[in-house]
Amino acid sequence: MRESTTTAPTQTADRLILADRSFGSRLIIGTGKYDSPKTMAAALVASGAEIITVAVRRVDLDASKEESLLHWLDRDRVLILPNTAGCYTAEEAVRVARLGRAAGLSDFVKLEVIGDEGTLYPDVVELLVATETLAGEGFIVLPYTSDDPVVARRLQEAGAAAVMPLASPIGSGLGLVDPLGIRFILDAVDVPVIVDAGVGTASDAAATMELGVDGILMNTAIAKARDPVRMAEAMRLAVRAGRLAFESGRMEKRAYAAPSSPVEGRVGG
Amino acid sequence: MTAETARARSTEEFEIVANGEPRTIPPGTTVAGFLTAHELDPDLVVVERNGEILRRADYGSTALEPGDALEVVHFVGGG
Repeated sequence: MRESTTTAPTQTADRLILADRSFGSRLIIGTGKYDSPKTMAAALVASGAEIITVAVRRVDLDASKEESLLHWLDRDRVLILPNTAGCYTAEEAVRVARLGRAAGLSDFVKLEVIGDEGTLYPDVVELLVATETLAGEGFIVLPYTSDDPVVARRLQEAGAAAVMPLASPIGSGLGLVDPLGIRFILDAVDVPVIVDAGVGTASDAAATMELGVDGILMNTAIAKARDPVRMAEAMRLAVRAGRLAFESGRMEKRAYAAPSSPVEGRVGG
Repeated sequence: MTAETARARSTEEFEIVANGEPRTIPPGTTVAGFLTAHELDPDLVVVERNGEILRRADYGSTALEPGDALEVVHFVGGG
């Protein structure tokens, strides 16, 4: 799935395959932390994303006529991907995943099982248990995980449809802190690799895509930019640029200069 | 319980727990009725009753009982 292609780069650069579905963008965005749903909806359009994450939470029974997030999302154009954010055990995550699927939109779930409040790092032991359970129930499981290739391989064996290692902690904007771990994961698994969390700005996204990952999932980098809609466009371009660069195969690095112009035939030589 | 007390109970309001909070509801309230009373669109929520997710088609025929634990959830912004 990750080999480069020379036939139609502009199309493959944007084509993300997950399970049996094909999406026209390698960028997945979240819907959290926006100042208004209107801004979120505009950012979604600008991002070109065709998958968007949402959280499952209790309805406020005392709020009259709470507006549904779904009113702002074109369900025919984008896949709504429920997450299990905030779950600390496999049991909780499985319960929330089932609730999310019962909304009747798809079998996809972004599986999150948190193990530490400060870093929001995943509890990979619980994550594996939940992945196996949900995959067995026919879910298309996209687990948020650490940048550990051994865990990634275990998740694949447990039935994950992709693995989603972090670039750096959720909401940190620190960018890709361990490119080596991501490279190892790319070698370790056959399922798509989507870097989830930590990207802060466009160059982070491009550099991450240049490693050859299949996609990036981000939320805060767009939602908390001064102008989220413009940043969404920047991310669309960065993800595309990074992918095209990866597919193009970068030049080799060298220590000394190599002139770009001919050394023969210089005037006065 | 005697037939008389059972009848008396069926006409009394009773308590359930919805989203972690106790709520008093009229006798005969169905899940659909509960959602309507809270101005909720059944197509935009998911309901779990005593740990089991209900199918939307069953909301109208599922009467709530004293002590039921309901979770009524929906999608909100998240990453």
